[in-house]
Amino acid sequence: MKYALSFILNGDRTEVGIEAHWTLLHLLRDRFELTGTKEGCGKGECGACTVIVDGKAVNACLYPAVELEGREVLTIEGLTDAGGDLHSIQKAFVEHGAVQCGFCTPGMVMSAKALLDENLKPSEEEIRMAIAGNFCRCTGYIQIIEAIKTASKGR
Amino acid sequence: MEEFGSVGKRIPKGDARDKVTGRAMYMDDLKVPGMLYGKILFSKFPHGKILHINTSKAEKLIGVRAVLTGRDIPPIRFGFLKDNVPLKWGKVRSYRDEVAAIAAIDPDIAEEGINLIEVEYEALPGVFDPEEAMREGAPLVHEVDARGNSIESNVLQLPWKLVAGDVDRARSGSDYIAEDRLKATWVTHVCMGTMGIIAEFDLRNNLTVYANTQIPYLAQRDYSDALAAMGLKGSKTRIIQPAIGGGFGSKLDTYGQDYIAILLAHKTRKPVKIQFTREEEFFATSPRQPAIINITQGCTRDGKLTFRDVSMILDNGAYASWGATTPSVMMMPISSLYKVPNIRYIARCVYTNNTWSQAMRGYGNPQATFGIECNLDHLAEMAGVDPVEIRLINSNTPGEVTPQRFKVTSCGLRECIEKVAERLDWEPKHGRRDGRGVGMASLIHVGGGARVYKSDGCGTIIKVDDFGSVDVFTGATDIGQGSDTVIAQVVAEVLGVEVEDINVVDNDTEVCPWDVGVHASRTTFVACNSAIGAAKKVKEQILELAAGYVETQKDKDGGKREIKLDEDPSNLIIKDRMVFSKRDPETKIPLGKILRGSHYKTSGKMVMAEYFYDPDNENLDREFKGNLSMTYAYGTHGVEVEVDRETGKVKILKYVAAHDVGRAINPMLLEGQIYGAVCMGVGYGLTEQLILDKGECMNPNFRDYKILTAKDLIPVEPIIVETLDRDGPFGAKGVGEPGCVPTAPAIVNAIYDAIGVRIYDLPITPEKILRALREKEGKKTQ
Repeated sequence: MKYALSFILNGDRTEVGIEAHWTLLHLLRDRFELTGTKEGCGKGECGACTVIVDGKAVNACLYPAVELEGREVLTIEGLTDAGGDLHSIQKAFVEHGAVQCGFCTPGMVMSAKALLDENLKPSEEEIRMAIAGNFCRCTGYIQIIEAIKTASKGR
Repeated sequence: MEEFGSVGKRIPKGDARDKVTGRAMYMDDLKVPGMLYGKILFSKFPHGKILHINTSKAEKLIGVRAVLTGRDIPPIRFGFLKDNVPLKWGKVRSYRDEVAAIAAIDPDIAEEGINLIEVEYEALPGVFDPEEAMREGAPLVHEVDARGNSIESNVLQLPWKLVAGDVDRARSGSDYIAEDRLKATWVTHVCMGTMGIIAEFDLRNNLTVYANTQIPYLAQRDYSDALAAMGLKGSKTRIIQPAIGGGFGSKLDTYGQDYIAILLAHKTRKPVKIQFTREEEFFATSPRQPAIINITQGCTRDGKLTFRDVSMILDNGAYASWGATTPSVMMMPISSLYKVPNIRYIARCVYTNNTWSQAMRGYGNPQATFGIECNLDHLAEMAGVDPVEIRLINSNTPGEVTPQRFKVTSCGLRECIEKVAERLDWEPKHGRRDGRGVGMASLIHVGGGARVYKSDGCGTIIKVDDFGSVDVFTGATDIGQGSDTVIAQVVAEVLGVEVEDINVVDNDTEVCPWDVGVHASRTTFVACNSAIGAAKKVKEQILELAAGYVETQKDKDGGKREIKLDEDPSNLIIKDRMVFSKRDPETKIPLGKILRGSHYKTSGKMVMAEYFYDPDNENLDREFKGNLSMTYAYGTHGVEVEVDRETGKVKILKYVAAHDVGRAINPMLLEGQIYGAVCMGVGYGLTEQLILDKGECMNPNFRDYKILTAKDLIPVEPIIVETLDRDGPFGAKGVGEPGCVPTAPAIVNAIYDAIGVRIYDLPITPEKILRALREKEGKKTQ
């Protein structure tokens, strides 16, 4: 079954034909070649594919593409402004050494974005809970949490 | 103190911008035009005969371009003992044995095709426990070796034995002796980016491989051997590495899927990609092997160690990769962690029908140190010596030559132990048995390369452009640890330019010089020394060009004046992108101007240099002795835990990690290595286990294989001890692996201090703690 889908992708009104079984992750990576959103497990366990739909962080690998009708999707590619300037969260990740292999980074940044959009000054506990579903094997999370704290202070 | 421009600074990782914006391309993101998708059919049995394979239905499926089985391929052998082949025929020896493979136009068709392949097996009795596999009459995993000679036993014919001094005599002369048996289990790397490869042939049969390997130049050689076996002798291999989503040792070898992709690409004349799913990453990549450790140490009345006697049985699994060689590294802590005059170590690696093992961060050192440091606490208690004290009494010192003939140059172990004890508030906190406890464990690791191959070398090429921008081509591979950054820092330091002027190219065998790979915590030491060598040559060339350089400059009131640099290059300095004379630092000429000048004059010159650094370390000799590394890294971890006697849960209250790193070239990235390694090491101690049931992986997913999350955050406090090693780049040593070496024993020792039970079976689950507490209570009431 084909569906015509209309939604907003990184600020752009978008219309696209999709198959019923497509996930948001498939739509982003394979249809739009937005490969910044990573597939770590495909089962909603690791958070590498986190994007923001209508202000909420979701696992794109579990999110049915058909559910996007009329909604607004923000991916890591939509976070950087047109001039290439980094978002304050991205800047903080760079400056705090929160990036090693970097595979979890886009998902981690998107989870942080969803948190800070909702909660201007989260506690460390709230930060930890917000990224508890984003697995990282390199950093031990400490510098990631420092980065998110710094980003929240800058607001 | 020496003033540095770039070294010692908290400089962000070179590729961090690409990674935070999603621009960095990983294997999973790569597509090549016309690419096919490969998929592997794995065995349905842990041990069995393949009677028949029917691929006809798969071949007829529309979209399938090629099907391969073991019958269809040339004799390619791989692995440390060449006991493995890309597609099995005759017999399977583990659930991850590759039985057939497909290339199709999309991943769904490839998957569907795999499901259409019919394989008839005859199940054979398997062996899944190394001690059972060693018994007489146990089913043989391999009947013949790579040369066709018959094999009588599942014990690998590898001579892992180290003897120094006289252990038996030392034992009889010891005042105290502690003996323990410990067990460590299967754990796996869990790279966030899964294994992947794209293989592609051009019309002349030259091979291009895109792979997230840690050993591009050794893989190049392995693949060339495979090409020769395919009748393509003389074909060239080029390896391109995209961003690598974690390594930790998992990508130190070449694997079945690599050869399968190459064979499918050759058969179809199309690029073929094989990308592991998360489930495949868990069950079909090579984990750290379990160890059964028997250890005895002795000491004198005043706590001086007299001997260390260790024997180990290692579950090698079904085939031999580098996991079978980890005893060579286990020898390092066994012979050289603390001063122990008499050493005996024997290890047996045993084939079983389990998955098969590989190096993982620490290369055997975490298992060996787990044994040594738990047993040392046991011994200290018997001797009535405080655990901190026994470690200080026996601490390694600079100038020492260890029983394995390691030459200790710099050594900050004593300082690490003292600082950890101080930061943990050891004295009042130790020995209370009130549910809270402190424990510590130390480590030694290679810190100045490791000559495990005939070469331990790394090449660098540097070229400088018209504007003073510097391209550094290195053999080193960045797997996230930050070699791209520290190499840029040392080159900037030597040349007197800024880090942002340096572009590090490290991902293409066609343009980068040779290196043995990212392993053994060697990259900062070896690749930076190599880069410094090349940078010094480049600097010399620039100063030659600058000597006597004449330039007309405008002065403040608009007049012109001619300035000239010193004629003698040895009087010139490059700093902040300017060249000037020591004697006249105010007269400066921009570096770019001098470089442009040299391009635009008759008989001009291009600034470019290469350097190959191969450290002056030694291969281990027949007795496994020799100075394996130019220098050794030391460290001590201390942990304070709270143990809930009702639930058996362990909470880490404080974690102090002191590391002798020589010099911190980049403290921020260094701390990142320590934080990450400790987190992985705590997982090894408390939560991680690849559960194998008769060879079958029962938890190939993140829900059931427990790596630590941000919720479990370990409050790591790093302590950086700088000993400025004489051979290190600006004094630095390696630090990539050390952080996960002493974690498990430090936790074991802290738990003992809290509740009085020693858990010698990893991971330390709440169930094991409760069982041990019950047993202890039972003994009391008897």
